[in-house]
Amino acid sequence: MSREKASYRSWGRYPAGRSDRVIPLAWRDEPLPALEHSSCLAHGNGRSYGDSCLNDGATLLGTRGLDRICDFDPATGDFECEPGLLLEDLLELMLPHGWFAPVVPGTRYVTIGGAVANDIHGKNHHLLGSFGAHVRSLELLRSDGSRLRCSPTEHADLFRATIGGLGLTGLITRVRMRLKPVRSGDIEQETTPFGGLQEFFELCRETEERFEHTVAWIDCLASGRSLGRGVMICGNHADDESTRRPPRGVLRSVPAAPPFSLVNGLSIRTFNALFYRRHALASGRSRVHHRTFFFPLDGIRNWNRIYGRRGFMQYQCVVPPDAGPEAIGDMLRLIARRRTGSFLAVLKRFGTHERRGLLSFARPGVTLALDFPNRGERTLALLEELDGITRACRGAVYCAKDARMSPESFRAYYPEWAELEALRDPAFDSSFWRRVTESSS
Amino acid sequence: MKRVLVIGATSAIAEATARRYAAEGARLALVARNRDRLDAVAEDLRQRGAAGVSTHVLDVLEHERHEAVLDEADRALDGIDFALVAHGTLPDQSACEASPELTRQAFEINCTSTIGLVTLLANRLEPRGAGTIGVISSVAGDRGRASNYVYGAAKGAVTLFLGGLRNRLHGSGVRVLTIKPGFVDTPMTAEFPKGPLWASPERIARGIHRAEGRGRDVVHLPGFWLGIMLVIRSIPEGLFKRLSL
Repeated sequence: MSREKASYRSWGRYPAGRSDRVIPLAWRDEPLPALEHSSCLAHGNGRSYGDSCLNDGATLLGTRGLDRICDFDPATGDFECEPGLLLEDLLELMLPHGWFAPVVPGTRYVTIGGAVANDIHGKNHHLLGSFGAHVRSLELLRSDGSRLRCSPTEHADLFRATIGGLGLTGLITRVRMRLKPVRSGDIEQETTPFGGLQEFFELCRETEERFEHTVAWIDCLASGRSLGRGVMICGNHADDESTRRPPRGVLRSVPAAPPFSLVNGLSIRTFNALFYRRHALASGRSRVHHRTFFFPLDGIRNWNRIYGRRGFMQYQCVVPPDAGPEAIGDMLRLIARRRTGSFLAVLKRFGTHERRGLLSFARPGVTLALDFPNRGERTLALLEELDGITRACRGAVYCAKDARMSPESFRAYYPEWAELEALRDPAFDSSFWRRVTESSS
Repeated sequence: MKRVLVIGATSAIAEATARRYAAEGARLALVARNRDRLDAVAEDLRQRGAAGVSTHVLDVLEHERHEAVLDEADRALDGIDFALVAHGTLPDQSACEASPELTRQAFEINCTSTIGLVTLLANRLEPRGAGTIGVISSVAGDRGRASNYVYGAAKGAVTLFLGGLRNRLHGSGVRVLTIKPGFVDTPMTAEFPKGPLWASPERIARGIHRAEGRGRDVVHLPGFWLGIMLVIRSIPEGLFKRLSL
C-alpha cells in the first residue's frame, strides 16, 4: 500500500494532476485498499489525453500490476485478462495463436481496462463497432465490497455504464472478450490521395466495402480549393501465415520536453505539405507490419513532448451523418483561418453500430481528431468555437481526449450522464467528472 | 525445455522472471504461501507459453515441510535446471530496533529459511552434477546502514552463505548465482518515494535471465549498482558511521 506522492500527468501533459497518492494494485481477488475518506480512480497507463485519467487531490489506483491473463481458449478466441494488461502484450502473446484484438486505437500502450473504460474505437469501426462491442463480461469491484459479474444479462445496467464509463462505476478486475482471428500480423495497405471533403465521402463509400480498416489523414492547413485534401489509408489483414519483422522507430525517444513547442505554423505547414506529396506520389498498395499501420507514433517514445512543457490539447468530435460534410467543412475553414493545426488531423467515418455504453463516444457519423499545442487562451477559445459547431449539429466530443469542455457542452453531448452519475460508485471520482458535472450556478 | 523452480513465485521479481522462462516454453514449478495468488500467477504463465506449471503451497517458515515440497516440485518438473529462491519481506526497521522478536522473525524469513532451502537444493543437485541455484539477495547486504540494517544483515548472511556454497560446489557442475538487486519498484517497496535509481521488476528479471544463461556467479541489477557498491564498500567505517545514506 503506497503513500507515494506523485505528480501524474496525462498524455496531453495538460493539465498536470497532483494526485495525493498512488496505490499500486497487484492482486485482483483482494479488497480495495482503505481510502481514508479520499475518492479513488483506476489509472492504467495514462494514455488518456486530458483529465479523465486523473484524480487531483485524491487517490489513484495503479492497475499496471494487474496484468495477468486469466483464461484463453485458442480454439474460440475467448479471452479473459486483468485490466492492467497492455494491448501491446495482448497482441504479442495472442498473434502467434492467430488472434488479434478486435479493435485497436492509435497506440498499443493502452491497458485493456482503459480500452473498456473509454470504449475506444479504431479504424474498423464501420465493420466491428467499438471495443465494448466485443466485451462479453466484466468483473467489477465496488467500494461496498461487492464483486459483481456484469454482462448484457447480469447487472446489465452496470455493464452498460462501465463500458465507456471512465472508470467511475468501480474497479474493473476482469475483462472477458472475444478476440478476432487473423492469419498474419501484416496489413495489406492501400493509400489514395483525395482533393477535398466531397471526394473523401465518396472514397468512404467505396473503400468501406473493400477494407476492414479505413482512416483519412487530412491537411488541416489547406484552404480554398484544397480544403479538406488528404490521404485515405485503408487496409486488411494479410491472409498468408507470414509476418514481417516489426519496424524500428527512426527517432527512438523524445528525451525531454523543450521549453516551447516544436509544433508551430511553419513546422506543421512543412510537414503537412510533405506528407501529402509523399502519399500522393507513393499512393497504391503495399504490405506493412501492423505496428506501422495501426501505431505509427508508437515508434517515437514520448512523442507528446514535442509540444513542449505546456503540453497540447486534442480535440476529437463526431458529427451526425447528415451534418457531416458541412460541419467538418466549417471546422476546417475555422482552423485554417486561425492558422493553427496539427501534424495529424484524422478523419474517419463511423459505422451505424448502436452505442454499447451509456457514455460511449463512437456513434454514426464522421469523426475528426486534431491536436493543438497549448497556447493558453487562444487555444481554449478556438476549441470553444469548434464546440459551437459540434453542439449546433448535435455531435459529441470524446471525453478521453478532453481537458477543457464546459459542463454545458458535456451535458449536451452526453445527456445520459445523469444515469452514469446514479450508477457511479460513491468512492470513485475523477478530475474530469468533477469538472464537467459541476453545477453552472 | 528448461525446468525452473521458483520459490516465492508471487513476488514481483519472481513473477516477472517466470514470465521470461514461460515465453521460452519452460516447465515451471511455483512455490508460494497464498493459494489464490499462486493460482492467478500460474494460469497467466500457462497462457504466456509455459510448457507446464505446477503449484505448491508453502509458508517458508514451516521448515519441516521444506524437503517434502521440494520433492513434490522436483517430481513435477522431472528435474531442476534452475531454482530461483526469491521469497522475502522488507521488515520495518524501527519496529525491529525496538523488538528482538521482530528482528528474529525478519531473519527467519529473509535468511534462515533461505539458507535451509538452498542447503536442501544444493544436496539435491550436487549428485546430479548440473543445475543452477539463483538466490535473490540484495545490495543492502553489502554494508550495514541505519535505515535498514536488519534486512541488510539477513541478506548479508545469505550473500556470505552463497559465496561459501559456490566455493563448495565448484567443480561439481552445480552453479550458484547471487542476485543483488538495488531499489526495485515492487509492492514490497510501495511505501518508498521513487527516484532515478529505481528499476522495474521486469528489468531485474531480464538481468536474472541473462545472468543465469551466462553462468554468472554474482550479479548486481541493474548493473550500475556494481559501481555504486564499490564506492560504498570502500568508505572507511570511521567516516561511514557519520553518513546518512
